[in-house]
Amino acid sequence: MMRRFNLIVLQILVAVVSIALWYALSSYPVFGRILLPPFFFSNPVDVAAQVIDWFAGGVIWKHLWVTLIESILAFVLGSIGGVLVGFWFARQPRTAAVFDPYVKMVNALPRVVLAPIFTLWLGLGIWSKVALGVTLVFFIVFFNVYQGVKEVSPTVLANARMLGMSERQLMRHVYWPSALSWMFSSLHTSVGFAVVGAVVGEYLGSAAGLGYLIQQAEGVFDVAGVFAGMFVLAAFVIAIDTIVSLIEKRLLVWRPEVGEARP
Amino acid sequence: MSDLAAVALTGVDVAFRLAGGGVYTAVERATLTVADGEFVAIVGPTGCGKSTLLNIAAGLLAPAAGRVDIFGAPLTALNRQAGYLFQADALFPWKTALENVAIGLETAGTPQAEARARAQQWLTRVGLGSFGDRYPHMLSGGQRKRVGLAQVLIRDPKILLMDEPFGPLDAQTRQIMGNLLLDLWNADRKAVLFVTHDLEEAIALSDRVVIMSAGPAARVIGDWKVPLARPRDISEVKLDPAFHDLHRDIWHMLKAEVIKGYAQTEGA
Repeated sequence: MMRRFNLIVLQILVAVVSIALWYALSSYPVFGRILLPPFFFSNPVDVAAQVIDWFAGGVIWKHLWVTLIESILAFVLGSIGGVLVGFWFARQPRTAAVFDPYVKMVNALPRVVLAPIFTLWLGLGIWSKVALGVTLVFFIVFFNVYQGVKEVSPTVLANARMLGMSERQLMRHVYWPSALSWMFSSLHTSVGFAVVGAVVGEYLGSAAGLGYLIQQAEGVFDVAGVFAGMFVLAAFVIAIDTIVSLIEKRLLVWRPEVGEARP
Repeated sequence: MSDLAAVALTGVDVAFRLAGGGVYTAVERATLTVADGEFVAIVGPTGCGKSTLLNIAAGLLAPAAGRVDIFGAPLTALNRQAGYLFQADALFPWKTALENVAIGLETAGTPQAEARARAQQWLTRVGLGSFGDRYPHMLSGGQRKRVGLAQVLIRDPKILLMDEPFGPLDAQTRQIMGNLLLDLWNADRKAVLFVTHDLEEAIALSDRVVIMSAGPAARVIGDWKVPLARPRDISEVKLDPAFHDLHRDIWHMLKAEVIKGYAQTEGA
């Protein structure tokens, strides 16, 4: 109990010292020079004021909502696609072999370069951001489901067959749960990438969202706004990650321990 | 009981194609019968292809040559009359103990409620009545084997194939599991083919002990009847002089094979 308490005190201390240093170095000269010029680094007071202003004025909710919706849509659509194709390829090795080089090629492509194309095709609304997120989420889910179906323990599979399972029952009672467990073990990564897709898409061209907010602030050299956007974004991702952890804990009760996300 | 042998392997060869080309003959001209209601143990050194023979009898593997007959009918696909208790963990990790046991009935079309009720009875029979809602990882090795046993027996197979099922367990648990198995078997005397590397376990449990030579190209090299009365208790039967005589005779033959088997694995 004491240890835990000490840990929290130390964690808070890190934040306090960092913010104090930031404040001091951006407000008071050291040897006649301000080491963190406010024009480039702003200062904690302004950043906090900006965050409070957004929340007090209610401006932020709309942007949070847009980013949230984009992330959720990207995650859901990307996951559905990944599960379907992952299953299909794992059960049809020939199809998988044919498409293998193309899958690798598309996956090798840094997805950011697709953003302008999606904007061109789908406009400045949420769908171009969803599309970008989908391309990121899809591959993570796809690879995990593929692996999950492929790596069912041969003993469990043999047992299932000896217990009289038909092909359909194998699907339902063996392949599906195994694939899902792999998918859930990469839940943090795929949800994270859904948010990345949304924010990067917004940053590159949009009319709303956290990425838009940061991009707007940057456009007018409002460094306090950029930092404020970053803090809100970080808090947003942590909140989502916490929810994912809770969901994961419920869904994977049968697991000895929830492992790290597999690549 | 039928007069036809529950399992009859006649001149069975098992061969595997090696990755680098070439063929590895695991088992050569194995002939073995298990009468209906008979408990047969196969003993042999590590890597002699005992498990391979079980897979053949289960229909999971096709022999390269020879015949496999199940109650007089040639086996061409999966052996639907057999239940298989695997050496490794074979429970579905995402199902609770109760669901694991019930699944064998549900696949056969038994309504879920009825399957679960009977699964609960089976869990009670193997001494895990209050463990139905546990997932496999929450159970000990011995408890998982009990669930596995219930999972197989609930389907009431005519033939029971067991691949070193108690291998990973500690000595006490093995003895308890052996007695549990004998009790369950005594109730309806299925044909059992039980693979083990433990000669004492084989004699204590079975009606007949079959010895296999060291692989590759392992063969059946000995066949002993076990003259011990039933019902047996494993710890008591081991004090019987007849047990010791038989153990000495068989061990005499087995020892040479075990040494051969070791020499081959060392050399590999």
